[in-house]
Amino acid sequence: MAAINRDDVAHLAQLAHIEMSAEELDRMAGELAVIVESVKSVSEAAGDDVPATSHPIPLTNVFREDVVGHTFTAEQSLSGAPDAYEGRFKVPAILDED
Amino acid sequence: MTDATLSFEEAMEKYDPVLGFEVHVELNTKTKMFSSAPNVFGDEPNTNVNEVDLGMPGVLPVVNKTAIESSIKIGLALNCKIAETCRFARKNYFYPDTPKNFQTSQYDEPIAYDGYLDIELADGTVFRVEIERAHMEEDAGKLTHMGGATGRIQGADYSLVDYNRSGVPLVEIVTKPIEGAGSRAPELAKAYVAAVREIVKNLGVSDAKMERGNVRCDANVSLRPHGRERFGIRSETKNVNSLRAVEHAVRYEIQRHAAVLDSGEPVIQETRHWHEDTRTTTSGRAKSDADDYRYFPEPDLVPITASREWVEELRATLPEPPAARRKRLQADWGYSDLEFRDVVNAGVMDEIEETIAAGATPTVARKWWMGEIVGRAKNADVDPGQLGVNPATIVELNKMVEEGKINNKMASEVLDGVLAGEGTPAEIVEKRGLAVVSDDGPLLEAIDAALTAQPDVADKIRGGKVQAIGAIVGGVMKATRGQADAGRVRELILQRLGVEG
Repeated sequence: MAAINRDDVAHLAQLAHIEMSAEELDRMAGELAVIVESVKSVSEAAGDDVPATSHPIPLTNVFREDVVGHTFTAEQSLSGAPDAYEGRFKVPAILDED
Repeated sequence: MTDATLSFEEAMEKYDPVLGFEVHVELNTKTKMFSSAPNVFGDEPNTNVNEVDLGMPGVLPVVNKTAIESSIKIGLALNCKIAETCRFARKNYFYPDTPKNFQTSQYDEPIAYDGYLDIELADGTVFRVEIERAHMEEDAGKLTHMGGATGRIQGADYSLVDYNRSGVPLVEIVTKPIEGAGSRAPELAKAYVAAVREIVKNLGVSDAKMERGNVRCDANVSLRPHGRERFGIRSETKNVNSLRAVEHAVRYEIQRHAAVLDSGEPVIQETRHWHEDTRTTTSGRAKSDADDYRYFPEPDLVPITASREWVEELRATLPEPPAARRKRLQADWGYSDLEFRDVVNAGVMDEIEETIAAGATPTVARKWWMGEIVGRAKNADVDPGQLGVNPATIVELNKMVEEGKINNKMASEVLDGVLAGEGTPAEIVEKRGLAVVSDDGPLLEAIDAALTAQPDVADKIRGGKVQAIGAIVGGVMKATRGQADAGRVRELILQRLGVEG
């Protein structure tokens, strides 16, 4: 697993529209590096003979019947949006970005 | 900038096309793939959503059982194997059509794989298309690009997002590379997408309306010189959303690739956008295999296991496949290939089947639907089945004609009356006074009048030129406003003139 550096964090922050100060970028790069390191140690423990696990409990087929439940109003849907227009989320131009 | 193209014929002389398709089918479940919000097209934006569709923190998706069953049915109808166990995966990307920054999809464990579909081309040639996989995923929200030119993403100032479509269950059907189609590639492309659409509609698992995006096609095209085994570099034309457009887009890309290869340049592996107005494609985002979606198993969902019992239960519910049904009906009805193809193309196969079930012969049913109803439907700009003719009406009209109560011309008029809501055929015949005149009295009067009006014709007939009788028959029919039985009129004229028929 590749290490995470400050540029990676800045790039992700831009994609996710999260504003981060230089100080925050430094701190986050350090914290994420620790997490990546920790995950790496798991990879070392699990050899080729250990199947990948996506869920800790051996459950299958947890289903829901096809019955309509609750919904939001447009107002509720947009209540946390930074910007909206005519009942829809308004987002910055897309192609200007990475 | 307009791309250079070669003529299709020249492209075919020099190169061999290889195709591939990704067809997305929206399922018509009542609710979304992972949430209980309604799966409904065209409502007020951002109202068919709840916290799961909006990707709120801390929410958990739950799989729609009906969507799984529909997916298995699609897999079975495509002659696929159904995975005993499979999982969902996260496909990570940053784009505002998903509020979660990932799409829940399937990656290396599709629910269905290794299938095929036999595609019949217009001349009866059967071409086998191999299916690589059919996997489940969720649809994304709908973006509208504002400002800039004509709603395109290029030059837009901002975009608006409606998440009503977010989370709608999708099945993506991916073919293996399709080789050997040659110059029939565009036709095969259209026929393949048409066959997939017909199958999911027949299964009842999708509304299958291409104009609403229920069935969407991405078409991959590459060319290689004849005789070379290795594939050329492909382009992927996105969202080709009508059957006609699929055919045109494949044809155009073959012509464009051929021109690029002829110029000695390599084809660029990229996404192309189809433009219906100019019938051309333009370059989209360049796509390299470096695109990394960082797929990983979805930790919020547990695996799906499809027991063989469950699969067989579902298989038992499958309707007769469309192609098999067509073969059976054509044989039962005794139509020629051409007659049957016309019936299918006119979209009245189901209606003819119902009419025959109601008691008409196959010949009579075809005569009415193809001869009378299809034309009226075209004028009214509706599907023939939507015009409002029911099979019983046709059976009744035909019976009246066979019994000599009305003639074909009148029957057509009665049909107009039925469509205008004037009542049953019998009532309309009565109201409009349309019964065939069979009492010889009024007919003889009309015949005498016609003979007097055209004495030279009468003489010709007396002199043995019986073929001249048409003019007199015509006069009588005109006088009786078409309500006389032409055969009887002819007999009476000959009698009157003392000539042997």
